[in-house]
Amino acid sequence: MSGNTGRKRGRGEQAMVPDAEFRSYYGKPVLNKPTWAAADIAGYLFLGGLAGASSVLAAGADITGRDRLAESLKTGALVAISGSMFALVHDLGKPERFLNMLRVFKPSSPMSVGSWILACYGPQAGIAAVTSLTGWFPRVGRVATVGAGLLGPAVAAYTAVLVSDTAVPTWHDGHREMPFVFAGSAAGAAAGLGMLATPIAQAAPARRAALFGAALEITALKRMKSRMGLTAEPLEKGTAGKLMRAAEALTVGGALLGGLLGGRSRTAAVVGGAASLAGSACTRFGIFHAGVASAEDPKYTVVPQRERLAEAAAAQG
Amino acid sequence: MDLLGESGYEDAGPRYGFFTDTSVCIGCKACEVACKEWNAVPEDGLDFTGMSYDNTGGLSADTWRHVAFIEQRKPLAAPETTAVDLGIPSFTKPGEEQDGQQGEFRWLMSSDVCKHCTHAACLDVCPTGALFRTEFGTVVVQEDICNGCGYCVPACPYGVIDQREDDGRVWKCTLCYDRLGDGMEPACAKACPTESIQFGELSELRERADRRVAELHDAGVGDARLYGRDPDDGVGGDGAFFLLLDEPEVYGLPPDPVVTTRDLPSMWRHAGAAALTLLAGLAATFVRRSR
Repeated sequence: MSGNTGRKRGRGEQAMVPDAEFRSYYGKPVLNKPTWAAADIAGYLFLGGLAGASSVLAAGADITGRDRLAESLKTGALVAISGSMFALVHDLGKPERFLNMLRVFKPSSPMSVGSWILACYGPQAGIAAVTSLTGWFPRVGRVATVGAGLLGPAVAAYTAVLVSDTAVPTWHDGHREMPFVFAGSAAGAAAGLGMLATPIAQAAPARRAALFGAALEITALKRMKSRMGLTAEPLEKGTAGKLMRAAEALTVGGALLGGLLGGRSRTAAVVGGAASLAGSACTRFGIFHAGVASAEDPKYTVVPQRERLAEAAAAQG
Repeated sequence: MDLLGESGYEDAGPRYGFFTDTSVCIGCKACEVACKEWNAVPEDGLDFTGMSYDNTGGLSADTWRHVAFIEQRKPLAAPETTAVDLGIPSFTKPGEEQDGQQGEFRWLMSSDVCKHCTHAACLDVCPTGALFRTEFGTVVVQEDICNGCGYCVPACPYGVIDQREDDGRVWKCTLCYDRLGDGMEPACAKACPTESIQFGELSELRERADRRVAELHDAGVGDARLYGRDPDDGVGGDGAFFLLLDEPEVYGLPPDPVVTTRDLPSMWRHAGAAALTLLAGLAATFVRRSR
């Protein structure tokens, strides 16, 4: 909750703004809510972020000779991107027509752009992982590792554009900060995997990445919510609110535990790493559910649009 | 702007659309039925909503025309002349009308449909090219290309297009693309008994709508307003626009819709900055600190 109600000691939710007066058609939503299943698409957002940021860390580990860290992150990236592709295709109404995604390249469609990013990234992540695990073709493996590492941030950040480029109030209104929230969340997830799966001696970059990811995500989320106003409300209510509160606790807790103590204690690294991963997943599911909730309530569509019209009218005198 | 030229049509004809004048809608739902029949749209539930005579609810994959019913305690208009008693029900007992006036009661009825936006978010975000702009300036889904990704559903600022559950693909009004090709008007407009739904060249419909709203204002219907007529609004104007008698949200329409892709360049810029931040931040974790 915002700080302006800090003096209150009650645990009940304090309204940030007075209940908005608005009219609607029998309280029915203006928008058709997303048809996407949470497990598929929020899962896709999480796994895509995990894969993308893991590839970046893996490339760094590869170059700096941290072979154990590189191997676990490359393997994680391949598993995550395969899982995310499965979720994406599974959610299509006509999965057998998945390849229709690649019949055009449409810059106006983030899903088209994303499909092409995945089509470039996926094979490189796959080659990076397989060459690392088998030891075959090390030079090809190095090229693929660096290639996947350079594309990784695009994989992690484009999904923010994917959700923001809709009429869903909570997703669209956060479009400036959402990519930073997703980037931070992705860094946290990859760092969590690195801390969890790698010996302490090689995991120093993952520990620093956990702190970086958490700081980026929390800062961006705070900015996003303060800019959004009314449409930030669904992030604090219901299922989404619970997930977002869990995400904050897990992300901060995981980063502090794993990032600060994970260098001394393997237990701290494992617990902190798991918390960072779980925190990233909670963030994605929380944002997903908040968006759906904002589409289901006409308030979040009508009130901000009315305010916009009133502002435009006032500006015109 | 030249919508059809920008869409790649050379020597394109005029843009066609609907003008739905809700002031003469009688709520008969002939449009809903005609649309279902002509387009072979499947049955989507015989529900009793209990909220009004509207048991359809709203536009969906299997409802391409939807008649909204709104009951209000408000006179229809305040005409100068003596009102003729049309037998519209009132809240007072018969013979007890105050000052000879009818009870303060009106029904608003409006047949909603896909807006066929100038800047159509559904078309913009479709990753397969299944949604396209026709030579008539309308927006149509090619059902053999749609892969059911569902991206257009949350992109639409009006809540029009939706996914059919058993089939996975998305469906919406085509403005009877097949009939237009044969020089016929869409089924709903053909079936409308009061000419509430008017089909024609968009430029001509806009002029007709301007005259109609002026006429209603002169007749004392101050509430009359056009919705989706303005080519400078957030979606560049609607190909299917309306004359309403109350605020749009009362009919379930967004008061100030904006095509989401208007902000897409800004979104990509922010995503690019975030991707670089991620790359730089993670690269920095490998910078060796001297101990």
